[in-house]
Amino acid sequence: MTAAAAIQKAKAALALTSNYAVAYAVKAADVDVVAVYPITPQTTIVEKIAEFVDDGELNADLIHVESEHSAMSAVVGAAAAGARVFTATSSQGLELMHEVLHIASGLRLPVVMAVPARAISAPISIHGDYSDVMNTRDTGWITYIASSAQEVYDTVIQAYKVAETALLPVMVSYDGFLMSHTTEPVELNDEEAVRRFLPRRERPNVLRPEKPITMGAFAMPDWYYEIKYQVQEALASSLKTIEEVDAEYGKAFGRSYGIIQTYRMEDADYAVIAYGGAAFGNAREAVDVARERGIRAGAIRLRVWRPFPADRLLKQLAGVKAFAVIDRAIAFGSPGGGPAFIDVATALYMGGMDVPGLSVIHGIGQRSMYVEDFVKIFEMLKDGERNKVVYMGLRL
Amino acid sequence: MSLPKVHEIPIGGIITEPGSSRRNLTGGWRSLKPIIHDDRCIRCRICWMYCPEGTIKETKGEFVVKGRKYQYKYEIDYNYCKGCGICAHECPTKAIEMVPEA
Amino acid sequence: MKVVYKAIWDLPVEELFASGHRACAGCGPAIAMRWITKTAGPNTIVVNATGCMEVTTTQYPETAWMVPYLHVAFENAAAAASGVDSAIRVTSKKGLWRSGKTNVIVIAGDGGTYDIGLQSLSGMLERGHHVLYILYDNEAYMNTGIQRSGGTPRYAWTTTTPVGRAIRGKIQAKKDIMGIVMAHRVPYAATASISNIIDMSNKIKTALEYTEEGPTFLHIIAPCPPGWRFPEERTVEAARLAVETGYFPLYEYDHGKIRLNPPTSNMVADPKRRKPLREFLKFQGRFAHLTDAEIGELEKEVVANLEYLAKLASL
Repeated sequence: MTAAAAIQKAKAALALTSNYAVAYAVKAADVDVVAVYPITPQTTIVEKIAEFVDDGELNADLIHVESEHSAMSAVVGAAAAGARVFTATSSQGLELMHEVLHIASGLRLPVVMAVPARAISAPISIHGDYSDVMNTRDTGWITYIASSAQEVYDTVIQAYKVAETALLPVMVSYDGFLMSHTTEPVELNDEEAVRRFLPRRERPNVLRPEKPITMGAFAMPDWYYEIKYQVQEALASSLKTIEEVDAEYGKAFGRSYGIIQTYRMEDADYAVIAYGGAAFGNAREAVDVARERGIRAGAIRLRVWRPFPADRLLKQLAGVKAFAVIDRAIAFGSPGGGPAFIDVATALYMGGMDVPGLSVIHGIGQRSMYVEDFVKIFEMLKDGERNKVVYMGLRL
Repeated sequence: MSLPKVHEIPIGGIITEPGSSRRNLTGGWRSLKPIIHDDRCIRCRICWMYCPEGTIKETKGEFVVKGRKYQYKYEIDYNYCKGCGICAHECPTKAIEMVPEA
Repeated sequence: MKVVYKAIWDLPVEELFASGHRACAGCGPAIAMRWITKTAGPNTIVVNATGCMEVTTTQYPETAWMVPYLHVAFENAAAAASGVDSAIRVTSKKGLWRSGKTNVIVIAGDGGTYDIGLQSLSGMLERGHHVLYILYDNEAYMNTGIQRSGGTPRYAWTTTTPVGRAIRGKIQAKKDIMGIVMAHRVPYAATASISNIIDMSNKIKTALEYTEEGPTFLHIIAPCPPGWRFPEERTVEAARLAVETGYFPLYEYDHGKIRLNPPTSNMVADPKRRKPLREFLKFQGRFAHLTDAEIGELEKEVVANLEYLAKLASL
């Protein structure tokens, strides 16, 4: 680009942590109600939003709830009354509000929540891993896992359009601490343009005295199944919406990410599948190192975790000799491997594909992950290591 | 009667018709039935006030009872009356009698 | 209180709580639901906690509610209502709320208020939301089949405090929920009874008006025939005796001042006007096992509580 354009671009960018990027996105989206409750490492999101509100830059009501369960309950109530809402949490807070997550999707409310992912107690840990997000697997929420502060900013804005189209709640997660508290350049959009990208829409499930409906009814065995199946169907078809919104966003603002991201997969023999910023960043660097050592390595990033993008993933794995999934969470007592590994293995099974794999557990409780560890994974794959769970970085 | 399919019901389990409980005729629950003896009714409105089902209907008109002129009459909607007997119990003139449901 | 209804003929006629709901015959809370919706009117959103009233009135696809209604979960009606209140305020400012001044009312039972819902109630009161919280008190977790709650009185039989050889009924006293609410210094809180419909309706109107200033609270005694163990025609009588024996005093907390309402004010002025507690206790099966000594104990507590309220009212 020209020097003038480069200077213009630099001016429009701020050095932001992923948490602050969330706050700026929420401000741009003309949110109405924000439920505020602090928990590490999410706290600086709500602090920044509070600054925006108190400075008069964001016209929203902050509900300073007394727990995370009430945080989700309050945004569910506000969304039921037709407002555009936001809240954020991590770890214990996400666990505390768990029953309300199911209720939000069951009621088909377009709630948007940011979750800088943090390890779950016990023992208590404030540090990052994805055990909290992985625990929301079956709650019916659309779940993104972002890998950069820019992507976090863009995805939160996209999340509103996706939520309000699919009528499902959306979670935007990313690395706790490793992204939530580290600074990257983030290009901000013109807020008017964001508002035009996110027009207000009518929906049937809204509380209006002129058209009184009952929300949250008691469903007997004759009715519960159909109502829940609607959520399943909506989640499955939301993949198309996610893709369309991402493409539309790209046209409007110049940045888009797709549903999975690939790195040097065109001729890869061995693939590492990862999610989040630290894991995928390491994976890409390890691909380059492995290639120098003669291994045809490639990396795939899961940007959307629910609904699980099986078709797109299987296309990438079709020509691959073996793969490994880096999970930053332990699925205790699982039939084999970490949570995302189980998803990939099931996708392969249901797709009738027989590609052997390795489940790698790393970065638990923010245990440091080194590029060399990931290079070792490629070497293990090349050496024929298959069908086992490897706990990397553990002092066994 | 076959029940609606997945795509035939509104999203999110919302009930769009206010007061749709009226399809459920709870009158079938009772074993005792209240009878209002109009000649003893002084139109105090107490039965109407206390009924948990809201089944006692107040109708306007010209009614003469024992030489007195009233502008209202009270009738029970037996489609919904559960036969609890609160109306009979609270009536100050014992104008309501609970009789066995036939 | 604001006296909107002076006599029974002033009470509103339009029914906003439809027949056909599945509450028991003679249900006390159902009487309360009729009058809450009638006095609040159609421009009202009800947020209901899980409980008897929620389950019996919203069995899909039947709903007894003729106003917009939201049920989320058991412990968070106050939190959800806080969200509804905020949403209405902000979207009104942005020109997106076109229904004018909409009432937001929480309706929750004693289980959902004294126990599991206490935290979210406290949060809502502290934050000052413009919501009326109505507690319908049938003194136990009735929906699940009569288990004790923090609102169950001492010595009452429930399935989790049965009258056995070693322990006879509930050991602990009933929590002072009004005391807890008043500690939040809300603009208005009051007790009411389904036996005194005019008093209760006026209090609902008053409480709704005061939501302009902040959260308001109503504690309504709503007897339960299967739970309290009495024939279903005596529901209103049970509530009346609760008030006339001083067991359930009628009073208001209005901008920091406590005011006793009749007949409670009358029995404080003249103790001979208070009916003996035995009249309230003895016809209920849940108290049938009480000895004279135990009744005497409970009566002392009733008298002490009335004295306490009288002293507070004099401040």
